[in-house]
Amino acid sequence: MRRILKYVMFDILRNRFVIGYCLFIMLITFGLLSLEEGSSKSTLSLLNIVLLVVPLISIVFATIHFYNSYEFMELLLSQPVRRSTILYSEYFGVSCSLSVAFAIGMGVPLIFLNQGLVSIYLLLSGIVLTFVFVSIALLGAVNSKDKARGIGTSLLLWFFFTAIYDGLVLLILFSFSDYPIEKYLLAFISLNPIDLARVAILLQMDTAVLMGYTGAVFSEFFNSWEGLLFSSGLLLLWAILPMLLTVRIFKRKDL
Amino acid sequence: MILLKSKIFFLVLLLPCFVVAETIHVGTSYKYKTIKSAISHSKNNDTLLIHKGYYQEGTILIEKPLTIIGQNYPILDGLHKIEIISIKSDNVTISGLKLINSGKSDVYDLAAIRVYKNKNIKISDNELENNFFGIFLTKSDHCTITNNRLSSTEEKQNDSGNGIHLLYCSNILIENNHIAGHRDGIYFEFVTESIIQKNISEGNIRYGLHFMFSSDDVYQENTFRNNGAGVAVMFSFKVKMINNRYEHNWGASSYGLLLKEIRDGEITGNTFEKNTTGISMEGTTRITVSQNDFIQNGWGIRICGGCDQGIITKNNLIGNSFDVSTSGSTLSNDFTGNYWDKYMGYDLNKDGFGDTPFFPVNLSSIILERIPASLLFLHSFVLDLIDQSEKLLPQLIPQNIVDKKPILKKI
Repeated sequence: MRRILKYVMFDILRNRFVIGYCLFIMLITFGLLSLEEGSSKSTLSLLNIVLLVVPLISIVFATIHFYNSYEFMELLLSQPVRRSTILYSEYFGVSCSLSVAFAIGMGVPLIFLNQGLVSIYLLLSGIVLTFVFVSIALLGAVNSKDKARGIGTSLLLWFFFTAIYDGLVLLILFSFSDYPIEKYLLAFISLNPIDLARVAILLQMDTAVLMGYTGAVFSEFFNSWEGLLFSSGLLLLWAILPMLLTVRIFKRKDL
Repeated sequence: MILLKSKIFFLVLLLPCFVVAETIHVGTSYKYKTIKSAISHSKNNDTLLIHKGYYQEGTILIEKPLTIIGQNYPILDGLHKIEIISIKSDNVTISGLKLINSGKSDVYDLAAIRVYKNKNIKISDNELENNFFGIFLTKSDHCTITNNRLSSTEEKQNDSGNGIHLLYCSNILIENNHIAGHRDGIYFEFVTESIIQKNISEGNIRYGLHFMFSSDDVYQENTFRNNGAGVAVMFSFKVKMINNRYEHNWGASSYGLLLKEIRDGEITGNTFEKNTTGISMEGTTRITVSQNDFIQNGWGIRICGGCDQGIITKNNLIGNSFDVSTSGSTLSNDFTGNYWDKYMGYDLNKDGFGDTPFFPVNLSSIILERIPASLLFLHSFVLDLIDQSEKLLPQLIPQNIVDKKPILKKI
């Protein structure tokens, strides 16, 4: 597995996309932080990068990479290698290189210009979201042989998690606004990795007070040990479960 | 002629009072060791010079016009049991004292300095620490409270009194005081024609300044910082609020300025910076809000029901999460001629005003106002989407909150 992982990572590095991604993130972060010194405004912009750009890049890049290395995988499978090994190397190769690129790209400017708990939360959330969305991407890609359809699916999934899901929850909130719905809202938010990351980061910022009573309920939960364990456990599940499912499908698939 | 004679006679009679007024020294190395003994031996209009030292003599009762001056801040300790100074005479001056540890009580409003039904009281340059109430005036008029520093470290609202508390007073000047850590920094109840200026009120548990049932008052050039909430003006009318700073009154239910059931107020030249809500209005009538800066607040102006005939003009609204929000149908308030940093219009005829109207209430703020739980979607992509789509389908935002002539340049 280690050798295949090495091949995957080497392949990714060679096509220079990841380096570009890293530089892009670094440039934006440096720019935002130096334009608006240390204010919560720049942190909010960084939050948007973590919540929108990182999942989008992860999901699209992972899908494309999967399709591009499909022939390579087929070649490997003619050797005595297990299918799960190949898929896991693909998964870890892509997500590790992307998250390292992200961590360097955002981490270096943050270390210089904006140290603090919020920065740590931003970095960790970005890394975890990378893993989550790479695993979701592979699940989408493994289900269809057609590249265009696969990329379409992954874009749709990204849009679902960033906008559609929240819209649906808002709709539910509207319909049940007469009822005490906070606890269910907690459950709904927890089911979306992007929302989970957003709320976890926002609660570390002073904008959290704008969230009023509901925010206070959440803040109490998320800042307790159980809440922290719960939310990070859920995010990890989001990174692991789609991947397990993918492996399962891939094992039985007629290549 | 007879009248003049009698006047001169009266003046001559009064003369000895001025001539005989003398200075009495109080201190360990002087004839009078205690303040009480000095007071009982003093005559009207004498000056008591209290030298540096530590005095604990129970409540000091002042029943004649006296000037009490502390040198190098002599300490008067209330030992957490009593009211320290009670003034029951007109024309008393207290300055340069350090008053600490007044009693706390659920029944009596114990204060460091309590003034009962008097006029011409001057309280200046004192330091008050850890008192229940700081300076408490009841039914008094023509008094000045200047250059005092009040602080308290009590953390619970119920165990804490107000810094400067006025009840049924008029013509009071409160200037250059620094008040921290009390329940309300300054509290006005049934107070008229008074001026509060150049004070700093910070870190108070409830409000920096609190008006109840008061009228014709002015507060200007004060700073309200880090209070539970900056200023609350309730059930009052004709209160002028000019050139104050409301900074960082930041908390789940905090605001810079709360207006509740007031009328004919004027809010001019103030700066609201980093408050959860800049101004929160409820049941106001004929309020003018002009030439204020609202910078980086959660909500700039929050209008609850029943606000009528307000004029909001020439303000700068910059970097607020929400400029204006409202619950339900607001009545006629005029929002013409403000600078909004969120305005994206153009000015073809170069008259300085935007050619398209600006609707300061956006859809997401309406949703948040109706369903507070949806605040959890703050800064989420979906709320941005909703705000953008509302520009295409302007059906839901209230059409009566509109700036028809938004200004393009910051004032």
